[in-house]
Parts: sequence; structure tokens; C-alpha cells
Amino acid sequence: MKFGVVVFPGSNCDQDCFYVVKYVLKQQVRYIWHKDTQLNNYDCIILPGGFSYGDYLRTGAIARFSPVMKPLIDFAHKGKIVIGICNGFQILLEAGLIPGVMLRNNNLHFICKDVYIKTENTDTPFTNLYKHDQILKIPIAHNEGNYYIDNKGFNNLEANGQIVFRYCSIVGDTAGEFNPNGSIQNIAGIVNKSKNVLGMMPHPERSSEKLLGSLDGLNIFSSIVRWIKSH
Amino acid sequence: MVNKEVYRTLGLSDVEYKKIVDILGRDPTPTELAMFSVEWSEHCGYPRSKNLLKLLPKKGKFRTLIGEDAGGIIVDNIAIVFKMESHNHPSQIEPKQGAATGVGGIIRDIFTCGARPIASLNSLRFGSLQGPYNKYLLKGVVDGIQFYGNCIGVPTVGGEIYFDESYSGNCLVNAMSIGIADKDKLARARAKGSGNLIMYGGSSTGRDGIGGCSVLASKEFKHNEEKRPTVQIGDPFTEKCLIEATLEAIATGHIVGIKDMGAAGLTCTTSEMASAGNTGMDIELQKVPRRESDMEPWEIMMSESQERMLLCVRKGKEEVIKKIFKKWDLNIAVIGRVTDDGIVRIKDKGEIVAEIQAHSLTNAPVYDIAYKEPAYLKQINRLSLSKISEPGDCNRVLLQLLSSPNIASKKWVYEQYDHMVQTNTVVLPGSDSAVVRIKGTDKAIAATTDCNSRYCYLNPHRGAQIAVAEAARNLVCSGAEPAAVTDCLNFGNPEKPDRFWQFKNCVEGIVSACKFFKLPVVSGNVSFYNESPKGAIYPTPTIGMVGIIDDTRRICTQYFKEESDIIVLLGRNKEDLGGSEYLKIIHGLVNGDAPRLDLKLEMSVQQAALESIRKGLVNSAHDCSEGGLAVALAECCISGERIIGAEINLNYNFRSDVLLFSESQSRIILSCREESASKIRDIARKHGAPFRIIGRTGGNKLKILSKKITLVDLSLRDMHYKWTDSLQSLIQA
Repeated sequence: MKFGVVVFPGSNCDQDCFYVVKYVLKQQVRYIWHKDTQLNNYDCIILPGGFSYGDYLRTGAIARFSPVMKPLIDFAHKGKIVIGICNGFQILLEAGLIPGVMLRNNNLHFICKDVYIKTENTDTPFTNLYKHDQILKIPIAHNEGNYYIDNKGFNNLEANGQIVFRYCSIVGDTAGEFNPNGSIQNIAGIVNKSKNVLGMMPHPERSSEKLLGSLDGLNIFSSIVRWIKSH
Repeated sequence: MVNKEVYRTLGLSDVEYKKIVDILGRDPTPTELAMFSVEWSEHCGYPRSKNLLKLLPKKGKFRTLIGEDAGGIIVDNIAIVFKMESHNHPSQIEPKQGAATGVGGIIRDIFTCGARPIASLNSLRFGSLQGPYNKYLLKGVVDGIQFYGNCIGVPTVGGEIYFDESYSGNCLVNAMSIGIADKDKLARARAKGSGNLIMYGGSSTGRDGIGGCSVLASKEFKHNEEKRPTVQIGDPFTEKCLIEATLEAIATGHIVGIKDMGAAGLTCTTSEMASAGNTGMDIELQKVPRRESDMEPWEIMMSESQERMLLCVRKGKEEVIKKIFKKWDLNIAVIGRVTDDGIVRIKDKGEIVAEIQAHSLTNAPVYDIAYKEPAYLKQINRLSLSKISEPGDCNRVLLQLLSSPNIASKKWVYEQYDHMVQTNTVVLPGSDSAVVRIKGTDKAIAATTDCNSRYCYLNPHRGAQIAVAEAARNLVCSGAEPAAVTDCLNFGNPEKPDRFWQFKNCVEGIVSACKFFKLPVVSGNVSFYNESPKGAIYPTPTIGMVGIIDDTRRICTQYFKEESDIIVLLGRNKEDLGGSEYLKIIHGLVNGDAPRLDLKLEMSVQQAALESIRKGLVNSAHDCSEGGLAVALAECCISGERIIGAEINLNYNFRSDVLLFSESQSRIILSCREESASKIRDIARKHGAPFRIIGRTGGNKLKILSKKITLVDLSLRDMHYKWTDSLQSLIQA
């Protein structure tokens, strides 16, 4: 099976994702330049974090016009696996692959730190190796992670089990004080309706090696491998 | 004859002007005058500091790389390249852009060597946060560093922030960057091979930053000055693309030389690359990509627009390089070619506007500067303990010190920096030094910046030695062997003899300490004229130091890990209250001499700690610095993810404040399992380091007793709250 990591000008977590897939997960992986349009050979595509186009207009707003995005949308519509991390999540929102928008963090600062998130849906290609309500220690690093969606949209997310991760305390309390950025209902990651596209703000590639302080993110990638192998 | 006003405005003296006329054998053109003014400025030519900088040692345990845009060391097959540079004056005027372009500039110095930047640090100094402008500066500088550093994807892993009134009116922003490369694939900053092409890559050239190094950085701040136009504007997205394009271009093997356009822009790159290669260069300014159509030749040559590189490309390979830059949507143009006559020849629409021997631009005049011991020293070195009241309540004092912005947690700052991108950061900000692993090896790099400028003010020579010793001690506490130094020397106006005396003594202090520890100084930067109408800043020779960890399984951090561990003090408690944070915060005094420093003792303590850590005997290691033993112990308790108390039993006849808050050097606090203590004792004995078991971890309090009398008895929660919350409260007040 083969992973692809899209490189937009300004992506800066592309090499980190590549490293985890190749050297930790030991799977095949290639970089996909944002002007490439040939995605047939891939089983999973990662939109990495960073500052595509410097985030100069609105996060993800320019990247979503890159030539790779049209075939990527087709790829997702075919039910293939797409994961957007941080800036990748923002690009998925701009591209309309998952619903909602991203606002600036409510403290108006960039925030880089370890947070805890709770796994609320384990019946997805990305979380099938986790236990329900499992608490993961994963870092965030973003300026705009304050996810917003209107009431109707939120009810749909909940009804369809699209909310995958919520910010919580070390023991799983999802009260507002454990929300680092003001996102609605502590949302940290959601999937599309058919659950083959995940967007999440925390960085699982930064918590996939013991040396870096947490292994909790690795099972997101391992879950993808397991899911693809069994489908 | 050029009008005096003109060359003086550009920062040239009458003597220097005459020298230029002698070199050229005629009056200079406006472009030539501009070029000399920037190349002979302190920032580029080091005319006032060169004679002293020559003394800095260049050899150490590892092979060194010196003389390019950044220096470095070679460890196995990896070149570790690093440098620190100041961006003080721009930041004082426009803090966000000043700091941002400081980060951008130092990172270009790294990747222009062919090394991928893997970590950034910074050393920042401001006046008191009671002053609204100082608060504005701090917020702006932090914003600039996060704006630029986060976007380009280089983690900001460590640094330091100090507050002192001497920086009110002239803040310091020193940025350091570290990169790694295959040792055989480094690039050089030179132009060689007559007929090879000179190419320009990156952002277009505008009018920003004209005279940044010569006019802005070469004068004191005075009242009511409007220098904002000399500050450059940063574009981190372009820089990120430029990093990738440059590294790809160097990897082709078609690059003969490359240099980033920082201070003095095109003037610096053309003259220094030609001079380094013993060649000349013909440049056509009309080919330079520009933002504005009506720029004068001298403006183009002096512009400090950011995110630009000058490349010397093998003839016939220009299309390969063009393709790479175009892929990253960057400007790329052939603007000239290498010649063999040693002359930098600048043409505008075919007409020669400057024609100068490259060497004459790069060999700035060197001055022996007058110096004189400052008058303040005799007065200020006096300290009589009997006149200082001993505090009745040491708990209150300790809490006050933990709330001092110099000691309090800097979390509010570093959480705004992406310190984890590139997935190498093993020790996050908040411990004695930052640690980044080197992928594909078992090794890691530890890095720190250090300078207690109050010590340097009281005793420049010893203060500078302490900066070196403490930086090394910080690295040792993470399990690293100190390997090499970059220095950023921030001082007042060198034309004033007492300021230059401080500079001379600090440099000599660095020289003696580095020689003693066998640490080479591989790169650095001098920033003079850091003065406001209130006077000069404290002499601030910031030391950036890099150390090597051989085995990533043996990395140590400063906070206690387990209950019931033994707490060991390596080194000696002494009576050294001079220059302490305690005297300043509690008694409002900056008096006495800097703490004593016995280099042999320092070495023995460091060697004992390092060997113990490398043998896996140590659970935590933390050096005693600002705030003394009590603050260091408190930090061991409260700075980790898990907070753990301790009970300490000492046996001294000192006054309570001396024992708790004296800033004696050469002390490291270790914690270890019970069965490791005797092994550490043996190691300490072998190295001749004083060893003493002072207590045990555990509980939810920090208790410190001496001769069975309780001096400190504080709940962890109270200490943690004060230490964590103070900086943010001050900033947001």
C-alpha cells in the first residue's frame, strides 16, 4: 500500500509525515507536488500541516485552488482515504470535503503545546485501533484552530458520528477549560459523512515516537494501514 | 568632492572618506560611496572589534568550520552549522518586523551554507515591564518571532529573556539558528571561475532597509528620531520557498558559491563573494528584479530587502537553477558574470556606476580604540552585608523571586513558538537546554544561550567567563558535551572609552574561559551603539553554545522524576550575593562583585555531572543560577509535567538569605535513585567535584532546613502558581 504526502508551497510538516510513514510505520510513501494531478497509485493521501501560501489570505484558501485539489476531491469521492492535519484540515474545510470553518484561536495567539484529546468514534479508518473514549496526548501548533459550524451542521455531525476527537483533560473531562482554542464543543477532529476523510488540528506525526514524548498518535496511521488492508 | 554632509550621513568619518579617495584615486560616485559606507560599517567590516575578535580560540575537540556566513563543527559525517546575530536597533523601532527579519536573516546564514535549519533560539532583553513601551516591545518581538519562525517551519526551541532598566530605550534581540548538512556537501560563499554566472534568486529589491547596517545600527538612539524606513519587512512564506529552492539548487552540484543578501544587500554579496574567490564581478543593475521602477543605482546596491540570495553558477547550468527557483515561484535572473580582474563593476543600463577592487571593500580599516576603566565600577563593587537586612520570612522572598520576570516561567512566550515542527525536539523549552535529535543517528544536539549581563556590568571579564561557564553547565545538565560557541556581543558606543573597556574585558573573558574549556568560537556578531539617552545597556556578550549527546537514551532534564529520590549537590555553596536577583528584587540593589568563578572547580563539577548522566545514574540535573539554590530547587519541583516536592537539610553558618539566594557558580543539583548515589559520589571524587547529599524528593511541599531550622516551607501549588502565572499577568496588566 502506498501513502502520498502533498507538498504545497509553504507546507512544513510534509517531511515529518513522510518520516513517520516511511521509518516508523515502514510503509511506502511519496511526495506529491501540488501541481501533480495523478493520484491513481495511492491508497491514502496526507495533507500535511504548515503554512501553505504563508496563510497570507486565509488558512487553506489559496491552497485549495492548487491543481492537485480537483483530483484529490475525486479521490475522496471514490471513498479513498484522505487525512488533513492542521493546515491540511483547514484546506479540507476550504475545499468543502468536510463541513465547517476555522476561526482564529480565541486567545488570538499561536499555540504550541501538548493537549489531550478523547477518541469519540472508533468506527473509522483512522481510529479503529483505539478504544472508545481513549485519551491521547498529542501536540497542537496553530493560529487558527477554533473550529466553528452552525447549530444545524453541528447536530448533523453529532447524529452521524462525525466527531472523532474532542479536547479534554488528562482524565477525559471535556469541560470548556480544557479547550485550548475555543472550538465549538471542544472539537479537535471530524470526518466527512462517509468517514473516509479526516481533518484534525493536533499533530499525530509529532506523537508517534517514544523519544518525542508520546506514541499516542501513531495508531492513527496504523489504523489507516489496517483499514486499507482489510478493504 | 562629495559634500561632507552626505558621507557623514552615511556613517563615514572624514578620515575614512579620504581613504576612499586614496583607494580610488578619484572622488567616489554616489554608488561607490554607498558601497563603502555599508561594507566599512561595524556590522560588515568589524573595524572597531576585529583586533580583539582575532583572539577568540578556533580549535576544540571537533573539527571546526570558520569563515563562511556561519561557522560550525563536524561530528562524524555531519556538519553542524550555527550562528547568532543581533537585530537590536530595528526591533527597538519596529519590534515585530525587526525581530521577524532577525530570524529570517540568521536562518539564511545557515541554509546559504547548504545546511537545513533545524532549530532556532533567541536571547531577548527589555526594560522593565512596568514601562508600556517595553511591554509593547516584548509583545511585538515575540509576535515577530512566531510570525516568521512558525511559518518557515524551523522550531524555536529555546532561549532566554531578561528584563533590566538598562535596556529601556534599546532592547536586544539576538537570534540564533542551527543547521545540519552532510559534511561534504557544504556550499561556499565565494565567486570563482571567470565566465561563470552571477544569478539573483528570491524576492525582488525594494527601498526597504536602506542603510540598515550603516545608519541605523551604527548610532546611538537619540530622542525624536524617525528611522522606521531603515527597518526591513519580512516575508516568511518566500523564505520557506527560498530554503527549499536553495537546498535543491546546492544539491545539483552546479553552485560554485552562494551568499544571502542580509545587511548591505547586493553590495555585501557581490564584494564579499568576489573577494573570497579572488575574482571580480560585472553586474548589470537593470537585470535585478525590482519592486519599484525608478530606483537609483545606490539604492539598489544598499537595499536590505529580505529573502534574496546571490548565486555563482557554473556556466551553462543556469537553466537547471532557473527551473528550480521557478518551481518555487521565486524570481531568478542572471545579473552578471565572474571576471578575473578582482574588480566589482556595477553597471546601470550599460553605464559604469561603480568600479572598486573587491578587496578594498572587504578590508575595512581596523582601529585600535581607546579604552578606560569606567568610573562607576569602584562605587558599585562595594557591598556590605551588614547594611542589608536579613529577611524575616524567606517563604515570601522565594515566592517573590519565583514571580520575578527574569526567573518566572517563560511559557507565555514559548507556547507561541512552534517548537516541535521537524519532529526532532526531544527536550522542549523550559529545561536547562533544548535538545534536538539528529534523525538517522543515535546522536542529538543540545543548545542554549546564556548571559547574565548584570554580572558583566559589575565585572565584565568575569561576567563573560560566567556566561561561557553557565552555558556549558546548562548543556551538561541535559547530558551533552559542550562543543562550540557562537557569540553575539552587544555593547554601547565603542567610541566612548569606558564602553570599549567593557567590550575589551568581556572579549578577553570569553577568550580565557573558552580556552580553558577547549571551546572554539566558530561564528558571531558584534552590535555596538546600543545606547539610549539614558546611557548604555549593560555589557551583554550573549553566548550561544552547542553540545553533543552521543546516545539519545541518556538525555536528562531539570525536573524531579520520582518520589523518594536522593538529591545531590555537586559544587559548593558560597557567600556570593553580589549581582544577585535577590539583591535586585528584594533590596533594589545592583551592587557587589560578580560571583566568584573557579574554572577548575567548574570543570570538575561539569565532568562529574556529565559522566553520571552518561552512565544512566541521574534522574534530573539542574544548574543553580539566578535566584540561587532555593530557586533552583523550586524549579526542580515545579517545572516538569508532574510536580514533586522535596525536603532539604543543610548545615551552614551562613545568613539565611546568603545560603538560599546566593548565586555561587559551579553548582548542579542532581536527583537519583538511592542505589545510584554512592556511584555518583565515586564519580565526583574521581573528578575532584564536591559532592553532598542534601535531601530527598517527595511530598507536596518544598522544605529547606539549615541546622534543623526551617527556612523555607512552601506548598508546591503556591510556588507553581506564582512561577507559571507571573509573566503573563505582568504582560496583560
